[in-house]
Order: sequence, then C-alpha cells, then structure tokens
Amino acid sequence: MSDDIVLKTEDLTKHYGGVHALQNANFEMKKGEHVAIMGDNGAGKSTFVRQITGVEQRTAGKVWLYGDEVNFSGPLDAREAGIETVFQTLALADDLDVPDNLFLGREKTYADWLGPFRLLDYKGMRQATMAGLEKTGVKIPNIRNSIRNMSGGQRQCVAIARTATFHSRLTIMDEPTAALGVQETAQVENIVRQLKEQGEPLILVSHNMRQVFDLVDRIVVFRRGRICANLDIKSGDYTGEDVVSYITGAKTGEEYMEHAT
Amino acid sequence: MSETSHGIGGLTFDKSKRSWPNEMNILLALIIIVVIFEILGQVLPYMKDQSFLFDSRDRFDSIFNEARLKIIILQVAIIGIIALGVTQVIITAGIDLSSGPLVAATAMIAMSFGQTELVNGFANPKALFGTWAMDLPVLIPIAVGLAFGAFIGAINGTFIAYLRIPPFIATLGMFLICRGIALWWSGGNPISFPTEGYKAIGAGMMPVVWFLSLAVIFHLIMRYTVYGKHTYAIGSNEEAARMSGINVKRHKVMVYMIASMLAAFAGVILASKSETAQAGMGEFYELFAIAMAVIGGISLQGGRGSIVGTVLGAMVLGVIRSGFTYIKLDGSYQLMAMGSIIIAAIVLDQYRQRNKA
Repeated sequence: MSDDIVLKTEDLTKHYGGVHALQNANFEMKKGEHVAIMGDNGAGKSTFVRQITGVEQRTAGKVWLYGDEVNFSGPLDAREAGIETVFQTLALADDLDVPDNLFLGREKTYADWLGPFRLLDYKGMRQATMAGLEKTGVKIPNIRNSIRNMSGGQRQCVAIARTATFHSRLTIMDEPTAALGVQETAQVENIVRQLKEQGEPLILVSHNMRQVFDLVDRIVVFRRGRICANLDIKSGDYTGEDVVSYITGAKTGEEYMEHAT
Repeated sequence: MSETSHGIGGLTFDKSKRSWPNEMNILLALIIIVVIFEILGQVLPYMKDQSFLFDSRDRFDSIFNEARLKIIILQVAIIGIIALGVTQVIITAGIDLSSGPLVAATAMIAMSFGQTELVNGFANPKALFGTWAMDLPVLIPIAVGLAFGAFIGAINGTFIAYLRIPPFIATLGMFLICRGIALWWSGGNPISFPTEGYKAIGAGMMPVVWFLSLAVIFHLIMRYTVYGKHTYAIGSNEEAARMSGINVKRHKVMVYMIASMLAAFAGVILASKSETAQAGMGEFYELFAIAMAVIGGISLQGGRGSIVGTVLGAMVLGVIRSGFTYIKLDGSYQLMAMGSIIIAAIVLDQYRQRNKA
C-alpha cells in the first residue's frame, strides 16, 4: 500500500444489537485531501467516525492509518496515533479553561513518577495553547476563563484549536458548524481553509451543501449504513442537486450498485 | 512578553482579569457571621456586654479569644477531614453518604488493634482480642483503619463506576453496611483503653493539625496534579472526559477510595481523641461533611469548588455552632437554623449557576 494513503478502511461494519448502523464501508483518502462525508440522519456518518476514532469498537473490518493497520482500544489511542476529532457534541469540560480543555487527557506534566499525582505544567500548556490558537487565528478574550462563559463559536474554535496544537495527522470534524451563527461558521471555515493550505488531511461531516462545495475536494455519501457515492467535486461534474439525489437514494454510484436498495 | 499580561492577535492572558474567586464570597460570609455574633453579644440584654471575638477578661497576652477559636476549629476538624474527601466526590458530581458509619466502623476496628494490655495494673476490661493484639505500635491501627477505608471506598467506587449504580444508592447501602459492621465488630460493646501512642495522634489539638495538613496536601493535589484536573473534568462533562481519553471508571474508583480513606482516618483520629470506640459514633457526620462542602461552594452538579472552599465552609459551620451556643440558643433551634443555612447555600449555588449559564 502506498504511503500516500492517509486513511483506508475495508469492510468497516458496526452493528448495535440488531441495528446495522454501518455496513462494509470501504473508504480511502490521500495526503492533503479534504473529504466531506454527507448523508441523511441515521445514514451512518457519525457511526463511521466513531469507529475510526476508537470511541466505539467496530463489529468487523479493518482500518489503516498511513499504511499501518490500527486497532484503537479507545479515543486516546486514536489521538496518540494522530487522529484529532472535533465531535458533534462538543467534548469540552465547561468548568475548565482553554488550556485545560486543549490538553485534557494528555496534559503536559512534570515528575511523572508520581503517577496519577504527577504535576501539571501550566505554563507549558498555556504557551502551547497560545501558539495553537494563533495558528488558527482564533480570538479568545482570555484563555484563563472557563469555557462556560464563551459563545458557541468560541467553544467550537477551542475544540478545533486542539488539532492545530497537536499537529494531527488526520483531522475529523463532525458537523462543526451545526450550532453556529453566520460569523462563527465563517470563522470555523477559515480554520478549515488554513488546514488545507498547511496540507493537513481532513474529514468533514456536514449537512451544509454550500460549505461542502466551498471547502472540500471530494464527497463520500452514506445511505442506510452504506457508502453509496464517491464524488470528486473539484472535477466540476457534480452539482448540489446531484449530491442530494445520492443522499436521498434517487441515484447510486455505479461501483456501489450491488447493494443498492 | 511580560509575565502578567501579554497578547497575541487578540489573545490575552491577564492574571489581573481572573474572575473574583468564589472562595472570597465564603470568606466574606464568614466575616459577616462573626460580626453578627459579635453585635448580638453586645446588644442582647441577657449577654451583659460579652464579646464573641475578643478576649473579654482583659488579659494582656492576647486580643482575640483564642480559646473560642480553638474550640471552633477543634469541633470541625474531624468532620473536616471527611469533608476533604467528600469534596472530591462531589466535584465528580457524586455523593458519599457512607462516611459517618465508616467513621464508626473504622474507629472500632482501629481501636481493637490499638488497645493497651494493662490498665492501672489490671487486664484491660474492654479487651476485644487476646494479648497478641495488645500494645501494638501506633502504625498498626492506622494502617488497618486506612486499609479498611480503602476497601470500602473501592467497593463504593466499583459499584458506582463499573456497575453504574447511582452514587446516592450505592453509598446509602454502604451507610447501613458500615453501621452494621461497627455493631458486629465487638458485638455492640465499646472498645477502650488505647495505648499511649494511639492516644497521642488525636490528643489535644492534633485533629486540627491533621485537618489543616491534609487540607493543604489535597489543595495542592486538586490544583496542581493530573488527578485533580481529571476529577474536575469528570464532574464538568463526563462524556468529554471519556472522549478525551481519561479512564473515567478507574478515576472514579480512585476518588471514592481516597474519600473513604480520609473518612477512615477521621475514624482513627476520633477513636484516639475519645480514647474509646463505640458503634454509635459519627452520627450525622456524613451530612455535616456534605454541608461543609456545600456551604464552601462545592456545586452538587459537579465540576466546581475547591478544598479552600470546603475549609472555609467547615469554619462557617463551626462558627455558627459556636455562635449559637454563645448566644445561648437551644440545641433544637441550632439544628433548625443550620438546616436552613445548608438549604440557603444550595439555593445560592443554583442561583449562581443560572446566572452563569
């Protein structure tokens, strides 16, 4: 397998009891590529993301990251492997401040021999936070304030700034602008563009057609737990209407016809 | 870049802009309560111009009434040690109701290993075990007590974290179990006559020394270690903590173990201070410990509060108790008044949260 492939899944499958949330997903993305995942509610988008990021354990299938087969036992494993995720439900602790949230679960520490009581390197985390936020252009009045008092956009930016701080090898955003206003959405989209310029690969789960056409190179459509289309939108061959018909089931990509229902 | 204030592209980190700490409000409340008692002492007709705060006997060696201060802090020290653990549990959005009976059970168990063989030349009339358990070094009852606490805490934590039993129910069950253990251990008989070594660890002002040292240690732990940070994170947003890769279950077990070990240590100290252990000890301690935390601004929703707050909360409770006695308020009124204050503290916490949201 070529090293150009950032992420590859083969027959990725997830069943919740009798519910087949994800069936035989074969997915592949190249270095520097930005891919959108679209689909109706319950089509399997979030399920797909949860399997890749180790939040849940897949029922079957294989996942490769940069050519290495990976089996994440938890979200921390995925993170250490370089997958950085911005979840649909903001995974932020309201009562902690910005650096605390950025470094949650992987704090910079001193005196590691103290085990769970090892000391926090507040200064180091603060400086890395500033650098990370600067890289993304996020403006936050005071990073020592608790997240609780921040606007939805600021909170989302904090969540996204994690990726910039940790030099991720793959960024995944699950509906990052679903709850945001116009300006805040623009801010998040700017961060995505910057990631593109820096050549960092991204998977974007979104319902927003304009946003997807603005930002990404390729759209992968999910329907009823299966991938049903793989559209290179930079070629200009596809319009928003085409994508909608793939999402609703009016059309199915040729290579996926065998499972079409 | 200066240390106090610097900004990059609209980003600032300004120490002076840090919000007014909640602990200051409690300190303010504490001062106000003291002043109220001072005024009451002056104006109530039956008080004859006494002073709550100042030395009224006109000695030259001190201005403040040190004796009263000592009694106040001694009264709250042992429950305060429990409250340090309860604080951590509440910060994870949990609750620990088992601490009071655990104090009694640990007092019994520890004392049974801390007895002296001969009392005034006669065999110890309250001896529980044979001579093998007599006159052991003081470390033995302490270690046995802490081990028992860790065991109970591990059970609490396992049921809560791994079997998803609500903390209220799990620790309510443990409340009864521990009271049962306390009664069963010696068949209901008191265990008395500790060794000199065991007497020493809880004698005089020693409970205060333990309370304040442990408070400092746990303040530093909660503020400056990964353990503390994760405890706050779990209480603040358990799902986020889990997604961030924190082992939430293991961490919760650790928190409940530490809380129970602190309660157990309080039991060891209480038995030493009382020089006897009885199954009925520690009644309502769990509730007073929770009250200290709540008055100290620890949010029952989790994620917020500090050890400093709990220490101040303990002082508030102590001052109120001492003050009520000082103005000769009957015990029955004291209970009613303290209950009202606890409810008021929770109402205030809810109000603050609504304003912040």
